[in-house]
Amino acid sequence: MSKALSRRKLITTGLATAAGASGLAVAARLADRYGLIPPDHGGIYGIGETLTYASQRILIPQQSLAREFNRSDISKVCPINGPPPENETYQRLLAGGFADWRLSIDGLVARPRSFSLAELKRFPSRTHITHQACEEGWSFIAEWTGVPLSYVLNLAGVLPRAKYVFFFPFPEKGFPFGKKWGSLDMSDAWHPQTLLAYGMNGQELPTPHGAPVRVRVPRQLGFKSMKYLSRITLTDTTKNIGKGWGSSSPEHGFSWYGGI
Amino acid sequence: MATVGSAYLPGIASRVSDIRDSSRHSAAVRITHWINTLSFFGLLVSGFAILLAHPRFYWGEAGGIGTPSLLDLPLPFMKGGPSGWGRNLHFLCAWVCLFNGSLYVLSGILTRHFQNNLLPAKSDLAWRSIGREISNHLRFKRPGVDTSLAYNLLQRLTYLLVVFVLFPLMIWTGFAMSPAIVSVFPALVTVLGGQQSARTIHFFVADFLVLFLVVHIAMVCLAGFKHRVRAMITGQVTAAKDGA
Repeated sequence: MSKALSRRKLITTGLATAAGASGLAVAARLADRYGLIPPDHGGIYGIGETLTYASQRILIPQQSLAREFNRSDISKVCPINGPPPENETYQRLLAGGFADWRLSIDGLVARPRSFSLAELKRFPSRTHITHQACEEGWSFIAEWTGVPLSYVLNLAGVLPRAKYVFFFPFPEKGFPFGKKWGSLDMSDAWHPQTLLAYGMNGQELPTPHGAPVRVRVPRQLGFKSMKYLSRITLTDTTKNIGKGWGSSSPEHGFSWYGGI
Repeated sequence: MATVGSAYLPGIASRVSDIRDSSRHSAAVRITHWINTLSFFGLLVSGFAILLAHPRFYWGEAGGIGTPSLLDLPLPFMKGGPSGWGRNLHFLCAWVCLFNGSLYVLSGILTRHFQNNLLPAKSDLAWRSIGREISNHLRFKRPGVDTSLAYNLLQRLTYLLVVFVLFPLMIWTGFAMSPAIVSVFPALVTVLGGQQSARTIHFFVADFLVLFLVVHIAMVCLAGFKHRVRAMITGQVTAAKDGA
């Protein structure tokens, strides 16, 4: 009897394992089709990153808005992480008040083009007072002013194939894409609060906060809000850019999406 | 064994062996206990690694260098260092903890484990019996053979606190630190007083869990480490030897 029991157990366990494995394979294919697999899904840590990314994309409505605050909540101190690019072009543009600076947008768009700072400021603007937390643990509340990224994306005409919006600062020696670069998926890119910010707390965007223009993604931790922008590129893949993990942060041991 | 000759009465045979198997810990409790041990250890180590990036705590929505702090830990600021793998390991283990914890709670409800083994009887909740239980513990008075198979009152209350208060608080305060999650449920963070308050509470509740772990291991050692650990691995317990 114990033999029969163990055989039955063996068969049920085998069937359950097979069902589980094929279920996982189907789930993986479906997840990939619906854009639920982050570019840094590899390795043991990729499991946690994928679960977080997929569940947030499934459970969090695309239009849900980050909390906004009152003027009186604005932090008196807004700390920063890391210095501005040491690149000569950037230093020259900075010295010239960014009069000659241009932001280009290319890749999977119908009308690749570039904008001056004055042009960006003439577009419809949006201002929000939002909380920004660094993955390290500290945070501040600031008022940000800029043109919604969605407005600029619409001007360029995003092709349906596009899945990622890459943000590059100025290249530096040994860093063809700049030291800190990254990408958003289309969900974060089209989000109404996502700005190309040129103003902070009623002033021009201060240099250490990413002058002349940075992206601000209030539904994300600070590291997703790329600074010192010079180029935006739309792609359908993260391959061939750096190690192909979607941003420079996974190359330093951090994650692409984070989410918490 | 009591199952001899019971091939003709399979119902009885399996019932007898069930009793033997469930003498101390059910398989569900044992498996989820050890998976939780692993994930908690991972969460602890990685939580400390994340903490090293900014070993300072605040109250309210925002806080950072240059703003008044609630607590400064005597630890170095290790920027760009261990918080990378720390965060990756933390969220991997958090998922394991969440899945495993859900399975544990679900099976605990379905098998009436909480009701039968953890919820104290009403009569036990009288102050006198709580007092007696505490004084027994303080005098390191060991339980007799008859009581060693069931949880005593302090164990019951402590486990209930850990399972239904401290762990849920860790998950809640963790979620409250996610800007994406609180965009859908702002109350998760506002009722705590803000994002930095959530981080601070996360840290203090973690400290209570570590305190629980220390006492838990100390009690296992006092009660007989080998027997208790064997009971949690195999589910078997030999009551006579376990008199410890």
